[in-house]
Amino acid sequence: MKRSLALAMLLALSLAPSARAADEADYKAAYAAAEAASKGAAGLRNQWTVTVSALAAAKKAADGGDFDRAVAAAKEAEALAQASIFQAKTEKEAWKAMEIR
Amino acid sequence: MKQRATILLGSAFVALAALAFAATRVVAADKVDPVADAKAFQNFFFQKFPDVKHEDFVNGPYSMNEDMKRQWQEKEEFPPYEFALDAGKEMFSTPFKNGKTYADCFPNGGIGIRQNYPYFDTKEGKVITLELALNRCREANGEAPYSYVKDEMASLTAYMAYTSRGKPMDIKIPDDPRALAAFENGKRYFYTRRGQMNFSCASCHVQSPGERIRAETLAPALGILNAMPIYRSEWSGMGTTSRRFVTCNSQTRAVPLEPQSDEYRDVEYFLSYVANGLPISGPGARP
Repeated sequence: MKRSLALAMLLALSLAPSARAADEADYKAAYAAAEAASKGAAGLRNQWTVTVSALAAAKKAADGGDFDRAVAAAKEAEALAQASIFQAKTEKEAWKAMEIR
Repeated sequence: MKQRATILLGSAFVALAALAFAATRVVAADKVDPVADAKAFQNFFFQKFPDVKHEDFVNGPYSMNEDMKRQWQEKEEFPPYEFALDAGKEMFSTPFKNGKTYADCFPNGGIGIRQNYPYFDTKEGKVITLELALNRCREANGEAPYSYVKDEMASLTAYMAYTSRGKPMDIKIPDDPRALAAFENGKRYFYTRRGQMNFSCASCHVQSPGERIRAETLAPALGILNAMPIYRSEWSGMGTTSRRFVTCNSQTRAVPLEPQSDEYRDVEYFLSYVANGLPISGPGARP
């Protein structure tokens, strides 16, 4: 019983931060991280259209005061940008596997 | 004891010889060899599609599908690019404000030269495409450059391609390390996966020609630029080589590069070179 109570409290504590609504500071931090990753992808000449769209969606949501949605879109943009960076770095050598020889 | 030493020495010699051979192979594999690349590229398609006549590859999806080919041949009686041809011919012969014309900018007055583009300019150290040369001609004569993806450029290149119809693509790679680097860069761009869809140019046009992607039948990469520019029903209009590259990138969810960027110029150089010997068929029409 004691153990179950402790586990339940732990679970409640772990969920507590995600239940808090995002504010402008959260959005700014998430957007800055996404923008930095996006610039990294563009620097590798491998920007994805979906990254640009997600960044735009984040800004639009923030402009409308919906910071939960803005943070979610910014995080998506960052993940997409990181994926495109990974792709560009991997393809520096991987393209050779597709070459007709 | 002596026998053991001989065996060890012999083994070491064999191992060294194997290493040396492997090292030579690595160097050979990394060496840029456009002639070997073009031969391998053409053989790949000739072997993959043994029933397609070699000169037919320049007709894109129509070389892959008999029904489509018949429809296209009927459409060619009143081709949809005809208006662009007429407009291009008129534009080509209309003097600039300074009295000169496009003919003054090109060898042979610009007639029957499409098969020589793109070429590598050894002075500039870069690839010069026909679209780029046309805009440079305009600017040199005090005219504003045309958009690389719109109708005027498509009309001009349509007319110039038409005057070269049937002539074999004849792209040269001069003995210049920068030219070889441009060819290699174009090859790398062609095979590199990009965009959220993780597609390279080769994913569609090497691995899957003749197959469908949604409603479209994919064209083989071999000779794909020989038909440029093209009228596309999907676009309800004409499109340049630049437009083709830009839309291909967008379709893979990659942000397109700027038209006539080094990468696009180099991939045009690569694709044109490996199609050497195949006839110019532009302007073309595609679904």
